[in-house]
Amino acid sequence: MLNLKINGVDVQVEEGSTILDAAKKAGVYIPTLCHREDLKAMGVCRLCVVEVKGAKTLQASCVTPAAEGMEVRTNTPFIRKARKTILELILSNHPMECPTCLRNGNCELQKLSSQLNITEMPFEGERSRYEKDETTPAIVRDPNKCILCRRCVNVCNDIQGIGILEPHHRGFKTSIDPSFCEGLYRMPCSQCGQCVMACPTGALTERDDTEKVFEALADPNKFVVVQTAPAVRVALGEAFGLEPGSIVTGQMVAALRRLGFDRVFDTDFTADLTIMEEGSELIERLETGGKLPLITSCSPGWIKFCEHFYPEFLDNLSTCKSPQQMMGALIKTYYAAKARLNPENIVVVSVMPCTAKKFEAQRGEMVSSGYIDVDIAITTRELSRMIKEMGIDISKLKPEEYDLPLGISTGAGVIFGATGGVMEAAIRTVYELVNGKELEDINFTPVRGLDGIKEAEVSVNGTILKAAVAHSLANARKLLEAVKAGQKTYHFIEVMACPGGCLGGGGQIIPTDNDVRQKRMQAIYEADKSMRLRKSHENPAVQQLYKDFLIKPLSHRAHELLHTDYTPRPRVLAR
Amino acid sequence: MPDKNIFDVSDEDLIWVEQQVEKHGKKKGELIQILRDVQEHFGFIPRKVQVRLSELLNVTLSEIYSIVTFYAFFSLKPKGKYQISCCKGTACYVRGAEKIIEKLSQYLKIQPGDTTDDGLFSLDVIRCLGACGLGPVMMINDDVYARLKPEDITEIISRYEPPFRDYSEVMRQQREEARTKEKFAAEPSRRLAPI
Repeated sequence: MLNLKINGVDVQVEEGSTILDAAKKAGVYIPTLCHREDLKAMGVCRLCVVEVKGAKTLQASCVTPAAEGMEVRTNTPFIRKARKTILELILSNHPMECPTCLRNGNCELQKLSSQLNITEMPFEGERSRYEKDETTPAIVRDPNKCILCRRCVNVCNDIQGIGILEPHHRGFKTSIDPSFCEGLYRMPCSQCGQCVMACPTGALTERDDTEKVFEALADPNKFVVVQTAPAVRVALGEAFGLEPGSIVTGQMVAALRRLGFDRVFDTDFTADLTIMEEGSELIERLETGGKLPLITSCSPGWIKFCEHFYPEFLDNLSTCKSPQQMMGALIKTYYAAKARLNPENIVVVSVMPCTAKKFEAQRGEMVSSGYIDVDIAITTRELSRMIKEMGIDISKLKPEEYDLPLGISTGAGVIFGATGGVMEAAIRTVYELVNGKELEDINFTPVRGLDGIKEAEVSVNGTILKAAVAHSLANARKLLEAVKAGQKTYHFIEVMACPGGCLGGGGQIIPTDNDVRQKRMQAIYEADKSMRLRKSHENPAVQQLYKDFLIKPLSHRAHELLHTDYTPRPRVLAR
Repeated sequence: MPDKNIFDVSDEDLIWVEQQVEKHGKKKGELIQILRDVQEHFGFIPRKVQVRLSELLNVTLSEIYSIVTFYAFFSLKPKGKYQISCCKGTACYVRGAEKIIEKLSQYLKIQPGDTTDDGLFSLDVIRCLGACGLGPVMMINDDVYARLKPEDITEIISRYEPPFRDYSEVMRQQREEARTKEKFAAEPSRRLAPI
């Protein structure tokens, strides 16, 4: 243990701690910008500078190790002035477009400027000018707004293990870009949007598709159907000042009706359907000696990553489309027939915690019904902006129910939103279908929680089924490398591209950190617990769907509408 | 760009790169050393070489590009056939070197440190050629031009710009010579793994 003084207060910290850690422990606030708990400290923004007795210059507290007997001051007039100057210098090369920025009101730079009382711009000089990169369907980069904090660089490198973004050139000309400073569309980018989650400003954002949705809603000839993903209900409330982990399912449905959607369906329904299809696929592969391990295919970021970096595993991927795409395909076939609608006039909007879903929705193969499965995919953030724009106060709405029949779901569908959820839901169903009896404890806890890679075993018909769960792409890489090297063998693997699963997805409400992820996860499992039905195969609407339309899992029609295939993509650079 | 090929490399060039990688060892830590060799061999770091190195060393392309753009030693474009070095030392500066550089930049449509798209001219700003009394001074390859005025530039450049010159051919020849010198021609050619 180390003893040091911060602003005259004694504090004890473990060896290896930084001054910033010590200050936190002492209850002293130090402003930070480039620092994020789950990323490696860079010390590039210099906003967290402090005075250390005996040191010649101010020290960046996020990277300076605490030492025995250190005396630290965090709020002297000199530091105050230095911090202000640092922030003013950052702002001097930042476009002052705050009122028209997507991050207006939710920007860390804005917040810090207000907190440090920046009231004028003393420095005027050259400004960097870059072109906006709008080449991908999911992510928009505006390097003009970039403050070079490198948080996106670290997320992309360390958490996702891809490394698309790096600082290029140097000095004033430094910019954070993909290689050759080219458009993102040419890069092996998974479109997961974790860089967007990490960006303190509006330099990285989702592509805003709200206008398209408003247009469809205003068109009297269009029948606009919306579906909401499992993880949206536990995060949307945060945009309206509710505590992280507040469950706002009913209010969200009510708000969607107020916005003018003709039908509000639940992606949880197709999550249940996914379990029926994917579970059957697993049983089939186990029985017929098919390609194992079977790997889940719900996460479009993971799918794109796999196509770029692990084409040798493409045959292992479940052929199931993701729940979003299944729902789209069903709305334009099954539901259209049932409700006597012309699928041509139906617009399917999906609300997803995900930016990669935007990419998935426009994939060429997602048109098996003759119509595009999902017309517009928007993120949780975009929905929150739409609700705000229409002046709806979500906390004052009375909860409403989803529409029938595609709004009926079970607890197994809800937990898709958390890492390990698909695995747990699948095990609940596969175990019962094969063994003919229920799991002893329906809460299959070994696959829950925020550990990077989780393993579990369950006995299915006498054989031990080995399962593994990975979330974040760096963990997926680790797991696949182990499988490739033959160190590990599994029957079933779940991969989610984002840390924590969809609840920490790239389209969720900002800020999202481990604390928030934990709370959203708790909410997901609470929502699961509160459901009457908790196993996918017990979903009456799914049973009805099979009876009326699909006949049985993996039937010809199911294959046609609900399954897909994958394309290998280049590992380094698209031509 | 009118002709992208002048910055391009052949499959044989990529084999040379592979040999360098093998020589240094397939380690991430050797990257800068390998890039140094590439710079010296080609006179710049071609795009395809960066992509190949990314695959061979398992380093992200973005990181390689980051290193190449950070160090002034590396360049992304070959130097021109005619290398213009314009002095901006104190004496030349006070005698109006700034205006000369501006004119060159404007006329050749490149910034200092860059090469024209046809690969003919590259422009560099240097410090003192030791002819302060004659400032502003510039050199084009070995020719020295003194007491420059901005209006002289167009005429001087026109002395070098040969009509119908295929620069990619020149580049190819230069590299061929370099290869013969380094006795790499003796190496049996190897099939490249598809990228």
